[in-house]
Amino acid sequence: MSSTDISIHPDVHHAHEEHDHHHDQNFLEKYIFSQDHKVIAKQFLFAGIFWAFVGGFLSILFRLQLGWPEATFTFLEPILGGWIENGKLNPEFYLAMVTMHGTIMVFFVLTAGLSGTFANFLIPLQIGARDMASGFMNMLSFWVFFLSSVVMFMSLFLDTGPAGGGWTVYPPLSALPQAIQGSGTGMTMWLISMALFIVSQLLAGVNYITTIINLRTKGMSMTKLPLTVWALFFTAILGLLSFPVLFSAALLLIFDRSFGTSFYLSDIYIAGEALTNTGGSPILFQHLFWFLGHPEVYIVILPAFGLVSEVIATNSRKPIFGYRAMIGSMIGIAILSFVVWAHHMFVTGMNPFLGSVFMFLTLIIAVPSAVKVFNWIATLWRGNIRFSTGMLFAIGFVSLFISGGLTGIILGNSALDIQLHDTYFVVAHFHLVMGAAAFFGMFCGVYHWFPKMFGRMMDEKLGSVHFWMTFISVYLVFMPMHYIGIAGFPRRYYNWTGFETFNIFTDMNTFISLAAIIGFSAQFIFLFNFIYSIFKGRRATQNPWHANTLEWTTPVLPGHGNWPGEIPTVYRWPYDYSKPGASEDFIPQNVPFSQTQSSNLPSERDLE
Amino acid sequence: MSTSTTLEAPKKGTWDGGNEPLKASYGKLMMWFFLLSDAFTFGAFLIVYGLSRHKHLPYTGEPEAFTFSTEYWPIPEKVFNAFPGLHGMDLPLAFVALMTMILILSSVTMVLAVEAGHRMDKNDVQKWLLWTILFGATFLGCQAWEWAHFISGTDEGMLLADGTRVFGANLTINQYGPPLFADLFFFITGFHGTHVFSGVVLLIMIFINTVNGVYHNRGHYEMVEKVGLYWHFVDLVWVFVFTFFYLI
Repeated sequence: MSSTDISIHPDVHHAHEEHDHHHDQNFLEKYIFSQDHKVIAKQFLFAGIFWAFVGGFLSILFRLQLGWPEATFTFLEPILGGWIENGKLNPEFYLAMVTMHGTIMVFFVLTAGLSGTFANFLIPLQIGARDMASGFMNMLSFWVFFLSSVVMFMSLFLDTGPAGGGWTVYPPLSALPQAIQGSGTGMTMWLISMALFIVSQLLAGVNYITTIINLRTKGMSMTKLPLTVWALFFTAILGLLSFPVLFSAALLLIFDRSFGTSFYLSDIYIAGEALTNTGGSPILFQHLFWFLGHPEVYIVILPAFGLVSEVIATNSRKPIFGYRAMIGSMIGIAILSFVVWAHHMFVTGMNPFLGSVFMFLTLIIAVPSAVKVFNWIATLWRGNIRFSTGMLFAIGFVSLFISGGLTGIILGNSALDIQLHDTYFVVAHFHLVMGAAAFFGMFCGVYHWFPKMFGRMMDEKLGSVHFWMTFISVYLVFMPMHYIGIAGFPRRYYNWTGFETFNIFTDMNTFISLAAIIGFSAQFIFLFNFIYSIFKGRRATQNPWHANTLEWTTPVLPGHGNWPGEIPTVYRWPYDYSKPGASEDFIPQNVPFSQTQSSNLPSERDLE
Repeated sequence: MSTSTTLEAPKKGTWDGGNEPLKASYGKLMMWFFLLSDAFTFGAFLIVYGLSRHKHLPYTGEPEAFTFSTEYWPIPEKVFNAFPGLHGMDLPLAFVALMTMILILSSVTMVLAVEAGHRMDKNDVQKWLLWTILFGATFLGCQAWEWAHFISGTDEGMLLADGTRVFGANLTINQYGPPLFADLFFFITGFHGTHVFSGVVLLIMIFINTVNGVYHNRGHYEMVEKVGLYWHFVDLVWVFVFTFFYLI
């Protein structure tokens, strides 16, 4: 590995100047404070996997409570300590776990872990750049994220527990430390951590956008970009425009909590005491929060769109169906995502007319989403499908996206939403469409690009066991949740056995919990496969999937600078699979038309 | 399609790769995108201001009869009418107008510094940067006075229902009107002031670099341009803050 440091400057004289460059980077420069986008991508990936297991484990803990509400959990005392009281889970800890599960999964895994990994890894490799525009800022972005992770992780071990007001941290609950334990120090740390997280996202976002605009190699026009890069481009723009609003909301909340302002507080009686705060509005926070919160779900799902499009086209050995429609639908989704936020707030007492405007805009999102689904299915249609693990997860993604998207149409209706709001129907909806689906996109990406990341292949047999167990258990967990949700079963309730209506769902809840435990266990197969394959996996070839994009033209383990020689020039779009007349079923982007006379279309003929 | 292109030569259009399509270096682009993002932060704050104000009753009586009360939002001219050294005189918005003029002047000197940078005129860059720093620091000083006055309050203060008087404002109590008026004033002008302060620090850093000839040796003064973008943005934001707090 030590001989692969290639200078960024395109035409240096290696033979003479090698000793001038940092030829022997020490361990810190190379693996810890590295400015190489590939190393930073792996750092994000490892951090994301770590957080995913923490977040998943929390969900298993509260599923135990929901599935077996009458059981004693003395056996959890070694892990949870004081949070188990007389064999029962502390109700406030239950709320804290739900909050942390949401926060960790949405922000630390599916935002930082997903787009952090793949934007860093794929953008420079797929557009033909030596590295990100600013390697230093890229490194900074990871370490600020790391700091934010440390703060969040430490809050888990507080005596009073981590933040407990739900991942949306609505005031006044989150603003008043005397309300619940979870609004005390845990909430303060949550806000500090999120502020750092936003800084990290901002540093990363400006870098991604700038890199895509300025650093494309010769010939890589915007319409020759792989869909992954397009998706990551829109993700970065969404993050850049929506996270600052969360930053504003969080800053105001910090002032309300710590400095006595009344931005979100008015006329509150708590524990028999009247607070002096007047004039603020808690609904204001919801507006600010969801102005981020809604684009956030697309920040989570758009990278998955990109990864899945790429993997489906490659493994169907067919050009992606409707390349421009795919870009157009992503533009549509990105724009619409900024004007639908109030559909999370139909029950806040807003003007019903305003509600119908947001409902209308929300339902329009179904159109570009359906275009995408149609295009994926049309790409699969009559393709020479190779069921690699990455491909399985990509197809699984499409399935989950359809199942979860359908209930989105139901929830987007303001009249129906008033019935279903804050029930398990909502939980089922968003877990399918953005939670599990984005996870599937991430798995699809990890299995597919693993050979480029680590130079080895992941085990396909274990991979397909992992896929089927995960896929089946995801449906077994979330399908029944729709039913109990329609019955009115509310979210975030620690204990429901006191309600006669809900007692009949005990079996269903136990079943869901069992499925969740099986699904979570299956992730250890992935973890084993991942770690084992890094060291002992089958060695990868340069282009194991016979893919067209530029990253597969680099050496098996690309060094700093990605291409040892000149950066390849791009002549064609990335989806020339199974082109009639071509000698092979794929033509990489850097092959000129003059070398493929037999397969050129009339418009691609010699122009002389 | 031109007949002279060969198949090997990729197209060379603006967006065909291998160039800078927006004719801007990556550093400048990053600054632009950062500013776009920051605009959303300020935008959110100003929307919070608008909504909070909308929730309160406006003052409907005669302007002459205006007294401070927590019942309605105050008239800005009655709040911001003090001038340093002219105690007791009613000079509506005079001081803030001066502050605004100073900040706008600093934008002019910033433009001149950038322009001098294009000419590679080190002395001029130094001169205009120094003026910009001076104006920026003066603005911060003025704001400090404005805050100090706002905090200490007027001689009369506000008469409360129980007969006591409140003088000045802090984050929980406010002699000029509803507490939220003071909260928003401190928060938004404070957030803007933090931006100005960061700008002055950046300006001092590039001033030192200019004096040391760092940019001259590099062959371009792009860093001055980038900080200039930031400085103009902070000025522009002030125009909005000024409009919202003082004019409307």
